[in-house]
Amino acid sequence: MRRRIPAIVLNAGLILIAVVTLAPVLWMISASFMAPGEAGTFPPRLVPAHPTLEHYLLLPERMHLIRYFINSAVIACFATLLSLFFNSMAGYAFAKFRFKGRDVLFRFLLSAMVIPAQVTMLPLFFMLKKMGLINTYLGVMIPSLASIFGIFLVRQFAQSIPDSLLEAARMDGASDFKIYRLVVLPLCKPILLTLALFTFMGTWNDFMWPLIVMTDNSNYTLPVALANLAGEHVQDTELMMAGSVVTVLPVVILFLAFQKHYVRGIMVGGVKE
Amino acid sequence: MTLRPRYRSGSPAVAYLFIAPALVAIGIFFVVPIVAAFMMSFTDFDIYALGSLTFVRFVALENYLRALDAPLFWQAIRNTFYFVLVGGPLSVAVSLGIALMVNSRLARFKSFFRTIYFLPVVTSLVAVAIVWRYVYHPRAGLLNYVLSFFGVSPVDWLGNPDMAMPAIILLAVWKNFGYNMLIFIAGLQNIQDDLYDAARIDGAGVWKQFLNVTVPMLAPTTVFIVVITVIGYFQLFAEPYVMTQGGPLNSTLSLVMLMYEQGFRWWSMGYAASIAFLLFLIILVFTAIQIFLRRRALV
Repeated sequence: MRRRIPAIVLNAGLILIAVVTLAPVLWMISASFMAPGEAGTFPPRLVPAHPTLEHYLLLPERMHLIRYFINSAVIACFATLLSLFFNSMAGYAFAKFRFKGRDVLFRFLLSAMVIPAQVTMLPLFFMLKKMGLINTYLGVMIPSLASIFGIFLVRQFAQSIPDSLLEAARMDGASDFKIYRLVVLPLCKPILLTLALFTFMGTWNDFMWPLIVMTDNSNYTLPVALANLAGEHVQDTELMMAGSVVTVLPVVILFLAFQKHYVRGIMVGGVKE
Repeated sequence: MTLRPRYRSGSPAVAYLFIAPALVAIGIFFVVPIVAAFMMSFTDFDIYALGSLTFVRFVALENYLRALDAPLFWQAIRNTFYFVLVGGPLSVAVSLGIALMVNSRLARFKSFFRTIYFLPVVTSLVAVAIVWRYVYHPRAGLLNYVLSFFGVSPVDWLGNPDMAMPAIILLAVWKNFGYNMLIFIAGLQNIQDDLYDAARIDGAGVWKQFLNVTVPMLAPTTVFIVVITVIGYFQLFAEPYVMTQGGPLNSTLSLVMLMYEQGFRWWSMGYAASIAFLLFLIILVFTAIQIFLRRRALV
């Protein structure tokens, strides 16, 4: 009996926090189905009186959202593929090869992680301008090509691959690249999935860099377009909410589907030092 | 040192080949720009320089002096420190509190709650900032509506210079607490049960156990979390950009926002580079202090 009251209080607290956490998200979804103007009434409506899809149907026409969705999707997919390629090779080499300067280099990379990305943005913009990459998908992807965090993630995981396995493959006459492709990559699948999730979601949600690189309206990614439209459509609450749902939904679905793999990335990152 | 075969796995030449693509990319798109930004901060790099570098002039410390002399820069410093020094500890405290609750033996449906609490972390900041702008609406907003049940009269969250930064902090805490919570939970689970058992045998109550077992055992995790939170919070940008455009009365103008506006709106890129480096310097000092405190506490 004495244990029950604290348990009830604690679990009620957890439920309350869950409600507070979910409230803005649920309201966003609910408002996106409301009739025009309904979300701006007082007292606030929590559920639409007559749910309607009209704002979702208006998104392509009034916000050109399909184009922005495609921009975001293409950029996030290619950034993910490139990041997998660059970081898996480097992470594997840092984990399993012995070469001069390896540890110094790796420590240098890790300590460079405190440098805020904003420091690089001004010269990077100038460089990309000279390369003709302003306003291109590639220009947005470039900072995520190789990430120090990605290399770190793969390295930590690849260290657990038994040397004997690699040695055996070498005895069988497999080339280094073949070992990487046929032995290392398949074994690293879980961490590559983690890396893919981090890169995809990070690129999808990224705001400042695409805002800088995409100077032309039609090349905006979803967050940039949304921020831009927020001023213009400030009265169209329901329309903006529909746009926000479309922006948030893909990453939330990805997270819910691959939660375990996503969390592993945080745990690997969390125990570094 | 034990004897190892010389090329245990692959030759060094191959290793360099494997790390080359990533290192070249990091070199060109990260290291070079950092050095370039440093150089840029001592020049009058502007929109003409973007066209041709012949327009660049060396101005020594002029940009830095201009920043230190500009009231707007100090305003951005104050705002950013407000956000970091209030929002950071609040964020960490909320994460720790909720982690303790979720990790408690009495909690039910732990993984369900964990998932829900983590959800804001994966959402797009811009999208949720837009949602929160409506939540903060003085008349029709959800927050004022809820507060009205507690007798609080309507607050103009984003329109009042005194309330705008607290509003942004609240959004940031909501958006980020799940991340640190997960790391705290992992840290808590690493504490061995027998430490608590020993404390209990010594007659320590729940609070004493927390102070004498949880706090010291969790110190490394906490330092890590504080460091990443502080680094992240110093880079405040999207929240004010979307919700307040730095207003009202520049009360939410952050350093990164100032850098963005100077660099990419007015194309004073040399000046913006000096702001970026001052920010970097501040982050470096803060990180060093935290790591130093941790070392001293442990030795």
